[in-house]
Amino acid sequence: MNIHEYQAKELLRAEGVPIPPGRVATSAAEAEAIAKELGGTVVIKAQVHTGGRGKAGGVKLAKAGEARATAEKIIGMQINGLTVHQVLVTPAADIATEAYVGIILDRASRKPVFMVSPAGGIDIEEVAHSTPEKIRKMPIDTRFGLLPYQAMELGFFLFPDDVKKARAAAKIMGQLYTAFMKNGCSLAEINPLVVTPAGDVLALDAKMTVDDNELDRHPELVALRDETAEEPSEVMARNANLTFIKLDGDVGCVVNGAGLAMATMDLVKYYGGDPANFLDIGGSSNPEKVVNALKIITSDPNVKAILFNIFGGITRTDDVANGIVTATKQNPLKVPIVIRLTGTNEEIAMKILTENGFSASSDMDEAVQKAVALAKGGKAA
Amino acid sequence: MSIFLNENSTVIIQGITGRDGSFHAKQMMEYGTKVVGGVTPGKGGQKFEGTVPIFNTMHEAMQATGANTSVIYVPPMFAADAMMEAADTGVKFIVAITEGVPVLDMTRVYPFVKEKGARLLGPNCPGLITPGKSKVGIIPGRICTPGNVGVVSRSGTLTYEIVYQLTRAGIGQSTCVGIGGDPINGTNFIDCLQAFEADPETKVICMMGEIGGTDEQEAAAFVKANMKKPVVGFIAGQTAPPGRRMGHAGAIISGSSGTAAEKLESFAAAGMGVAKRPKDFVDLVKARM
Repeated sequence: MNIHEYQAKELLRAEGVPIPPGRVATSAAEAEAIAKELGGTVVIKAQVHTGGRGKAGGVKLAKAGEARATAEKIIGMQINGLTVHQVLVTPAADIATEAYVGIILDRASRKPVFMVSPAGGIDIEEVAHSTPEKIRKMPIDTRFGLLPYQAMELGFFLFPDDVKKARAAAKIMGQLYTAFMKNGCSLAEINPLVVTPAGDVLALDAKMTVDDNELDRHPELVALRDETAEEPSEVMARNANLTFIKLDGDVGCVVNGAGLAMATMDLVKYYGGDPANFLDIGGSSNPEKVVNALKIITSDPNVKAILFNIFGGITRTDDVANGIVTATKQNPLKVPIVIRLTGTNEEIAMKILTENGFSASSDMDEAVQKAVALAKGGKAA
Repeated sequence: MSIFLNENSTVIIQGITGRDGSFHAKQMMEYGTKVVGGVTPGKGGQKFEGTVPIFNTMHEAMQATGANTSVIYVPPMFAADAMMEAADTGVKFIVAITEGVPVLDMTRVYPFVKEKGARLLGPNCPGLITPGKSKVGIIPGRICTPGNVGVVSRSGTLTYEIVYQLTRAGIGQSTCVGIGGDPINGTNFIDCLQAFEADPETKVICMMGEIGGTDEQEAAAFVKANMKKPVVGFIAGQTAPPGRRMGHAGAIISGSSGTAAEKLESFAAAGMGVAKRPKDFVDLVKARM
């Protein structure tokens, strides 16, 4: 789960990370009021779950008196397809130098890894690619946590000639690590970590991603989820306990299991079609899941054909068949449906489907080809 | 022969009285797996299905049974503790089926289990099956048949699909292993490839990967450097958009890394057979038997 910059800053402030004040606004008038309260020049920053906000014009400086007009431009704008609903208003800081500090969960070392670089403020992947010597990586054994000497090593990497700043940075790394662990993150970064002309070390931007698997033990983080920042169909799917990701194609896919769901999308592409979504109904075959899945898929106007691909292992294919019958009785389909199912209780499922006027196949390739042809407006082979 | 699991494996089920645990305990027993005990705190002294003794703790279960394998069906928030409890008893092989285990939990579990000298499979995996002999986990027994193809995969139902196609084409399996879809797991592709290479019964290996991470690329390098047996590979998620978690926590393209294209290229560069779609496994395997 992604959270907004202002929310990440709150979590970091709670651990003591020095961050300039600031508040979030949902209207230009509100932004103006916050700017007046802060005084001086402010930065108005779009709060959306995507990178490249600055380049897109979603981060702007505003003098007192300009805040309203600037906020008006940013609120409502689209950045990488996402609408800006909120802006963060914060005082503009004087910057002497910018650094990068981040923690990611690293699969290869099976540990959280600190990544720090004195070349901050820009895309860290780009730094890693073009000037890898400017990045220091340090895996952390979570059984011991970030040890003081490790934090100091990282601090000195950023400020080799200044023990005072190295110590300040080391302290912030400790606080960042605490926030990362406490909130069950898979990523936490401060970019940039700046030094002001007065020599203060401050976090000017923050990004945190929470591991979805941690949400059960962090109800307070669930409350940070901003559903307006997400695709509505994905919100609907999550509330129905389905894993759904919207894509741009026209073949709606309903599959059990993530690997098979991906392979089904790939096969649609292989036969010249375009998948409209990723959808995993999971291991249990509760007919209600099928009903919800169909509701979500048919709400996408791009969908020209629906493809079911069910491999019944734990999932009982007759449950899925019953789900399809129930769902289509409640809401008759306006687009053709192709059903492939095989495995547990296949004969019963086929009988249920045939009795209700559906046909089904047990071959995955055959079904995918048929769905692709139907989506293109052709007759099924 | 087989890898990791055979007819002599003795199994304890952690979470044997839970909804999933009890269902799959019965399935495993029906398949012929030697289930020697179960663990559910507070139900020690009772019997599961009238035959399998239940214990309060894993230590008690191990003392009484001396099992060599444990399988975990406990809820995600308790799974890390169950894995460490198992490792602490000296059981040699731990299979964690549970989906949804917090990844940070695994950063503690992995080194703990390793230091105890146990092998961990999973979490978020379907387990493994040595057809005709034993199964531990949730892979449906009837889709498999004994034979000489080793199968290792990051997914569940996709594996069933491919194994079923092999079985219908008359191609049996030595052992099918699901290593799971999480970003941090115990046994990886290389561990399985190494074991299959050493297993006299395995002639060809099928490997099913996914987008995300670099496990497949490292496995391909291992194949090139260390393996004499032919390997056929597939990657799911060729049409997945970057930055989105495709169901499995580990199936995500981060930045420009972990794409299907780079993984498939590494397979081809290692001289592996490349299945463009699940169906292709049958012919690619036949040509290599």
